[in-house]
This record gives sequence, C-alpha cells and structure tokens, in this order.
Amino acid sequence: MESLALLIAVEEGLAADDQKAANAAIGAGFAYGLAAIGPGIGIGYVVGKAIEAMARQPEAAGMVRTTMFLGIAFTEALALIGFVVFILLGL
Amino acid sequence: MLALDFPPINEVIRWKDLFPTFNKVALIACLAALIGSAIYILAARRDPMVAPKGARNLAETGVEFIEEQIVMQTMGREGLGWTPFLLTLFIFVYLCNLPGIIPILQMPATARMALPLFLALIVWITYNVVGFKHNGAGYLTGMLWPRNVPVAMRPLVGLIEFLSNIVLRPFSLAVRLFANMLAGHMLLVTFALLTNAMLFAETKQILLKPMSILPFFMLLFLTVFEVLVGFLQAYIFTILTGVYIGLAAHPEH
Repeated sequence: MESLALLIAVEEGLAADDQKAANAAIGAGFAYGLAAIGPGIGIGYVVGKAIEAMARQPEAAGMVRTTMFLGIAFTEALALIGFVVFILLGL
Repeated sequence: MLALDFPPINEVIRWKDLFPTFNKVALIACLAALIGSAIYILAARRDPMVAPKGARNLAETGVEFIEEQIVMQTMGREGLGWTPFLLTLFIFVYLCNLPGIIPILQMPATARMALPLFLALIVWITYNVVGFKHNGAGYLTGMLWPRNVPVAMRPLVGLIEFLSNIVLRPFSLAVRLFANMLAGHMLLVTFALLTNAMLFAETKQILLKPMSILPFFMLLFLTVFEVLVGFLQAYIFTILTGVYIGLAAHPEH
C-alpha cells in the first residue's frame, strides 16, 4: 500500500526533469535486458558444443577449453557493452 | 522501501583522495605492481639448483601456466619469447582484480575504466608494431583483405576488417575486463546492502531479521564466485593478447 501511495504521488507531481530521469531508468532496464538475450543464447551454445566435443574426445579437452573461453569472451562482450550502457543511462 | 536506498553509482566506485590525485584505486594498482615484482625478484634470488619452495615455487607455477596454457595454445613455440610480457600482464591484472574480495580493500582496481583502457592501449600498440615488424606494409593489406576475397567485395570486407581489428579489439578488450569487474563489485555491494538493510530495519515484522541470512549466504556465494571471475578475466585478457599478437605476426593461420 505504501509503495502504491508513493507511486500515485510520483505520478501527480512529476517535473520534466524527473520524467526525463524516469525515462532514462526505463531505457536502462531495457538496454540491459535486451543486450543479455543474444549473448545468453550464444554462450549456452558455445559451452554446450564444447562439452559435447570434450565428451566425444576427452584427450582434446585442453584445446577445446581454451577455444571455448575465447568464444565465451567474444560473445560475452556484447552483453557487457549492454551493461555499460545500463550504467551510463542510470547515471 | 529497501531498494530505494541504493546509493548512486558514483558513491559505490568513487573513493575519496588519500592525498590529492591519489585514491584507493591508485593505491591498489601500485600495490599490485609492487607485490607482483616483489614475488618475482624474491624468486629470482633463490638458488635455481635446489628444489623450489615458497616464492620461487609460486613464480615457477605462474611461468609454467603462461607457457603451457597461453603461449603454446595461441602462438606455438616461436611465441615463447612473449612469455615475460604476458606473465607481467597476467600477474598485474590478477592482482588488481583480487582486492575486490579482500576485506578492507573491497575494490577491484580494474573496475575503473582508466586501468583496463591503458592496458588495452599497450596491447594495441604492441600487436600493431609486431604486425608491421613481421610483415612490413603487407600487414595492412593482409589485415584488410584476407586471401581469396573477390575484388568486388573488397571495400565492404576492408571496412569491416578495419573496424574489427583497429577499433573494436582494444575497445572490447578494455570493456570486457572493466564491465566484468564492475558488475561483480556491484553485485557484492547489492547483497551487502540488502543484508545490512534487512538486519537493521526498524519494523515490527519479526520475520525480516532472521530472513537476512538469505542475502548473506548469497553474498558468501558471490564472493567465492568473484575469486573465479577475477582469475578468469585475467586469463582471458592475457590469452586474447596472445591471440592478437599471434595473428599480427602470422596472419595466415
């Protein structure tokens, strides 16, 4: 109830600056959420395939692991850029 | 109610100056450089003929790790000359990441953009110089147009390759390290604040205080996770440096 009352109070007396800040916060939330979708799928795919390769050929596990970390690093960069944008918009 | 008390980001990562132009992040970076050098200077003084122990043991493990896991995997035998450079990078980045979970320090120095950006610039200059040294002017054309690209596609491929090699590589190298460490730091801050707010909340709900054990366990778990992330990010930073140098020296592989 408290938060609801607060929400109503916020809705009524919102100055232009506050409105801008609120939009930035919403945009920041979307920026991070959307940026996490693709890399999430990508990293899952990379790791899944790497595990498959390691299970098929355990003697190649060391090489596969190195390549897997490289693949994760490249894929993850996109999500991290989203995170940075999230921080920048949140300021 | 609790979430509204979260401090703005500047309060979380900006530290007061210990004395002008020198704050805790700079202190941690200096300490990392000093401790890293100290370990290896101590190790180098030991007699190499006796079985290694103490600092020398640690140092040899580090060298072996870099040689076998990073240099041999990315550059092969001819890249072994790069071991000192990569080892320095690895130790420095790792020691800068580690204070994120050490009580009192509680801040990874790499969670501020200045340090990763500077390291990435060093790497960028290094691999470009290596490329020009090994291949001369052929480095540029080899970088822009991989073999067997049709002439009609050359403007497009050249633009993409130029952007990815010259602009995106150092940028993503810096941002990867920075954002990972900052995200870990923010997670720790969030759960520490949540535990604190639940434990000391002035409320009549009796269940709230015992419930603060949940975010506290999450905090413990994330601290363990950060140990792993700090190591992994140092490893990834170093191995990508190795890959970039290897590609610049021998673009055909």
